Order: sequence, then structure tokens, then C-alpha cells
Amino acid sequence: MSDRVSVAKTYKLYIGGAFPRSESGRVYAVTDSRGGFLANAAQASRKDARDAVAAARKAFPGWSGATAYNRGQVLYRVAELLEGRREQFVREVAASEGVKHAESVVNAAIDRWVWYAGWTDKVATVLGASNPVAGPYFSFSVPEPTGVVAALAPQSSSLLGLVSVVAPVIATGNTCVVVSSQNRPLPAITLSEVLATSDVPGGVVNVLTGRTGELAPWLASHADVNALDLTGAPESIRAELERAAAGTVKRVSRAGRGGEPDWTREPGVDRLRAVLETKTVWHPMGV
Amino acid sequence: MSGEPMSWEYAPAPESRDIANLKPAYRMFVDGKFVDGTGEPLKTINPATEEVLAEVATASKADIDTAVRAARRAYDKVWGRMPGAERAKYVFRIARLIQERTRELAVLESLDNGKPIKESRDVDVPTAAAHFFYHAGWADKLGHAGYGPNPRPLGVAGQVIPWNFPLLMAAWKIAPALACGNTVVLKPAETTPLTALVLAEICQQADLPAGVVNILPGAGDVGAELVNHAGVDKVAFTGSTEVGKLIQRSLAGTGKKLTLELGGKAANIVFDDAPLDQAVEGIVNGIFFNQGHVCCAGSRLLVQESVADELLAKLRYRVSTLRLGDPLDKNTDVGAINSKAQLDKIRELTESGDSEGAQKWTSPCPMPDKGFFFAPTVFSDVQQSMRIAREEIFGPVLSVLTFRTPEEAVAKANNTPYGLSAGIWTEKGSRILWTAQRMRAGVVWANTFNRFDPTAPFGGYQESGFGREGGRAGLEAYLDV
Repeated sequence: MSDRVSVAKTYKLYIGGAFPRSESGRVYAVTDSRGGFLANAAQASRKDARDAVAAARKAFPGWSGATAYNRGQVLYRVAELLEGRREQFVREVAASEGVKHAESVVNAAIDRWVWYAGWTDKVATVLGASNPVAGPYFSFSVPEPTGVVAALAPQSSSLLGLVSVVAPVIATGNTCVVVSSQNRPLPAITLSEVLATSDVPGGVVNVLTGRTGELAPWLASHADVNALDLTGAPESIRAELERAAAGTVKRVSRAGRGGEPDWTREPGVDRLRAVLETKTVWHPMGV
Repeated sequence: MSGEPMSWEYAPAPESRDIANLKPAYRMFVDGKFVDGTGEPLKTINPATEEVLAEVATASKADIDTAVRAARRAYDKVWGRMPGAERAKYVFRIARLIQERTRELAVLESLDNGKPIKESRDVDVPTAAAHFFYHAGWADKLGHAGYGPNPRPLGVAGQVIPWNFPLLMAAWKIAPALACGNTVVLKPAETTPLTALVLAEICQQADLPAGVVNILPGAGDVGAELVNHAGVDKVAFTGSTEVGKLIQRSLAGTGKKLTLELGGKAANIVFDDAPLDQAVEGIVNGIFFNQGHVCCAGSRLLVQESVADELLAKLRYRVSTLRLGDPLDKNTDVGAINSKAQLDKIRELTESGDSEGAQKWTSPCPMPDKGFFFAPTVFSDVQQSMRIAREEIFGPVLSVLTFRTPEEAVAKANNTPYGLSAGIWTEKGSRILWTAQRMRAGVVWANTFNRFDPTAPFGGYQESGFGREGGRAGLEAYLDV
């Protein structure tokens, strides 16, 4: 069997549950850590970014309206499918990142989906409240998804970092446009295949590959994006992206400022809280 | 029910302005002392009479620097390291002192702002005291707030507040900041600096360590200078969305933590099964409370078509009974517009409602012959594209739109870049919860409106800002988490 010619995969974008090429027709060569050719990835354009935002917006009512129990099962399903393709991800992460510990990274990425799957139906208990107001009213506060989140995935950690950025966004009922690591985009697209065949509805996660510095400003200024996660943003454009985000008062997460965090540590609720609004509801009490 | 209101004669019942202890001149408060500012002094006026109330010192760039340094020293040497239980006692003292001086603060607020005394007396001042009392209790319990075992403060907070609830907004800003261990430099609004400076006096009476709270009056340029000062670690702003965007832009890349509480264009939805008389009271409270100078005002009334005519008739009758006039009179329902500039803005937007084809109805209430007043106004036949349906008027002007189905109500309510508040009127519990869940807004009042409490988080979605004030959620804004 060793003389068999393998079937190489064309890596494309993941938008609205489909795998289109970039409308621009552009691709860029992706290499392994030693400079060997791996594949041509789609180099997404401004229009691809806008299509991705439109898909994410369209998916938002359904996904945010799903029950927390349902979302938890869908996220758990992602972990199940990832587990089944563990070997493939180990190979791909090893090639992308040139690391020996790819196996532990993939394990951690699978476990992270499980961790966030368990959060979907607990976050409202932990972050919500019944408010003891000084009057005859029942007042309660619930966390709600902020909407469409544009995330710039970390540049180094191509799978675990990506999952750590995307999972909390969708666990809380938001929908997501994520720009993968620029130079290590392949695990992101393979993850899209997992998402597409799991029960995550099309448009809930949209994956763009290409130049972070080219795509990020369009997402930062897009009026239908509610929040911007700067985790993988190059230092040189972080301030510019924050300025663009101010145009529609976006929530900006400045994670990743001064370098990538250690993704193997247990995350905590920070990333959940960053994409949640608090809604307070009042009603009088009386007979 | 409709037609001319019955004529009621009220005897004037004014509060005495002597209670305000008004002084001819007020100085700014820096490092525990009242000092002369080196900015151009401003004259604050009584918007109900247009007469000058007092001359107020304003801050120059150098004064801002001095205040921020004082706040930093106080943070490093005293406040940031003080045990929470000790900080708490200072904040409790402030709450008590506000309660003790309630009447004075209420009269002063009504003089400077133009709001009716019944509102400053029953809402602004007591709620300000409640905010200090509530947050004081958090100071030694922050480890239980869900932000980790020992959440740290941020440092020096630069805070800029609006003119619509001068003392209350100062309380919303200062109380959580102090409870969490931060020190504060606060800029009150240009047209309403007086109660914040009495609050400074209260800080002195509470023996609050010097530099923990600094109050710098001035105009927008002082605010801009303050939020951009390199010594400020956290910025909190309440005001217009336009200025909020400017601040967010100018803070980009600095790493300063920012919370914004901005404008709104709230929908107040009345379903056909709502108790209409009760709804009318809520609608009136929603838009005419504080002359409509409320970011969360219910300025877009969405009425189910089948009850629209009946509701409008009841509403017009009720609005025609609102008493407009002397803010110090205890019978006054609608006071003065805070400034000439705001009055001009309200007039301009109202004219756009006329020219865009909405039907204007104005209360026939008698108008004072001086001061800045605007009669309660209701526009019907309003379309979503009109400026009066899209832009924040921040005045006693209501825009009425209709809907047929609950889905249409939700779509229209959410058809705005804002997202601060919403109202729902119906007798059906399941419909309340269904609608509340679909409102893209930070506060939803069902069968009530304009309720505020320090235990209940307040803040917006979308372009109404980010961050919350009040409740456990509100602490995040002042902690390094």
C-alpha cells in the first residue's frame, strides 16, 4: 500500500454551513514548521468576511433561542466527533505547529469542548441573579448572548487556542466569525468539517482563513458585529482595531495583549462573561 | 374620559429655596480640600428662571493632573491597601450623611437641574443614598462576588457624568468604585455641578481620606482631558452615544478599562389585553418622568392597533392633567428643561416630526413666562423612518407607533441601534416572558417603568453602551478581572 498516491484535500472557507472558496479566487501557500508545502488555503476577502457576518447574523435567532440543554449536547457532540478523528488532528497539529506534544494538545482541545458543553446550562445560574429590590417588585437578571462575535484566533495555538476562543462564544448562544491562525490555518478548516457534520447549525461558526491584518479591520468596523475578540490580533494593529470597533460601540476583548496565554490552563468564566449581556427584568407584585 | 380636563385649583406649595444652602461660589474638591480652579469659572443657572445660581470653579489641565496625582497617592498609600471592612464603614458613613442632608440636596438639585422637587426628593436623593449603602456592604465581601477569591481594584477611576440625574449619577459612579478599592476623579456636568460639590463636602464630613474622591467641574474639554490622562486606569462615562464613541475611540490601545452608559430609544409595548389605565400611568412615567431627560425613557410607544384609539384618548387626557411649572412646587409634575441648548434640540426634533408628517398633540397646560419649558407632546401616526422614531430626543416628547402581531411589536422594538430598556404591558404572564426574552435591551420593565435599584444591574446592549451598574454584575467595572 505504500506506493499508493494519497488524495490531497483542498482547504476552503467555512461560511453558513458550506465550504466555499474565497470569492476573490485567492489562495496562499501554507507550509509546515520546516517550510515544506502543506496546502493552499483560501485567502478570504472583505466580501467573504461580510458573507460570514451575514451567515452568523442569520443563525443567531435560532442558536440563541435553543435551550441551554440543547446547546450543551451539541457542543458535547463536537467533542465526540473530534475524538473520532483524533489521529487526523494529531497529524495536522504536529505538521502545523511542529510540536512533539501534538497528542496532548488535541486531547486538551477535545476536553475543552466537553468543559464548555457543561457550561451552557450553568452560566445563567452562576452569572444571573434574583435582585432583592427595595419595593414590591420581582426583579431578576439573566445573562444573554451579545450577538455576533468576530474572533481573531491565536496565531500559535492552531487548534487548542482556536477551540478555546470559539467554544465559549457559542456555548453562550452567540454566533461567531473566526479568523484562523494566519500561518497555521489547516486545523481550523479540518475542525470546520467536524462542526459541519456535528449538530452545530450552519452559520453558528464561520471560519475564515487568510491575512489577519487584512480581514480584521473589516470585521472591527462591521456594523452587524456586536463584539470583537482581539486574541490573535497583531500588536501593530490592535489599537486601530479598537478604534474601528468604537464606531458601533462593540464590546472588545483585549485578550492576548502582550502574548498568547497558556491554553492548557483551565479557562475560568472570563471568556463566557466577555460575550454576555446582563438583562434585568422587573415586574410588580400584588393582588 | 376625553375632552377638556376638569379644572382643579391647586394652592402653590413651594419648597423654600433657603433649604438648599445655596452659596454664591463653589470651589472644586481636590485631595480632600476645596480649592480654586485655574480654569475659567462657569456660572450655573436655574433653568426654571434663567437666573444665575452660583459661580463654580472649573479645572484646567494642570488641575486635572493634580487631582489624578492625588487620587493615585490616595490609592497607593491608603485606600488601595485599606481592609475592605474599614473601607465599608466610610462608604456607609457617606450613605448616612446623604440621608441626613436629603432635603437640602433635593432642593439644590431641583434648583440646579430643573427637575420637580417630588422627583429629586423621592427618587434622586434616596436612591443615591441607597447606592452608597448597598455598595458599602460589598467592600469586605468581594471575594464572594464570583470574580475569584481576592479580586483587586483597578486604581484611579476617571468618571464623567451627565446632567439629568446629577447626584444620583455621581452615586452610581463613586459608590462601586470606592467599595472595590479604587479612588476617583469625577467630572459633573457643566450645567449641574452643585450637588456633586455638596457630596464632596459630605466626603469631608465622613472623614474620607484625602484624595480618595476628587470632584472637578467643567465642560466637555475637562472630561476629555480627564479620560485621556495617562494616570487614569479606568474610565466610566454616562452620556450621549456620540460622546461615548469618541471616548471609546480615544481610549483604543491604552488598556484602560472602560464602561459606557449611553443613549436609548426605548420601546414601550402595549398589547391589546393590557389594563389601559395602568398602562397610561406607566407610559406617562416612562416619557415625562424627569422631563424625558432619561436615557432609558420609554420614548417609542408601540400600541396594538385594536386599542390604539382608546389608549391615545386616555393618554392625551392624562397628559393634559400634568402640571408643568416651578420645579420647587410639590405639585409640579413636569419641571424645566435643563438648558437652552437642550430645549433647542427638543424643538428641532419636534419640528422634524411635524415636517415628516406625524400628528402632533401638545398638552394645553399653562406655560411659565420665563425659564426653559417644553409642554408634554405626543406624536401619533409615527413611522419607523422618521427622526422622532429613531433619534433620542431626551425631552417630554412621545412617538406613538402601532403594531398588529406580537412578532411585529418585537421587530419594531428591536429596530434600533440602541438597546437600553423596554416596556411591556399585558395581563398575560407568558406573553410578558416571551416578549422580555426577545427584547435586545438591558432592562425590561413589565407592567411598570423606570424602576431603579442598586441591587438590580442597569446598562445597555449594542450602542447603548457596555458594562452594568448595580448588583453583583456592576462590580466587574471596578475590579481587575
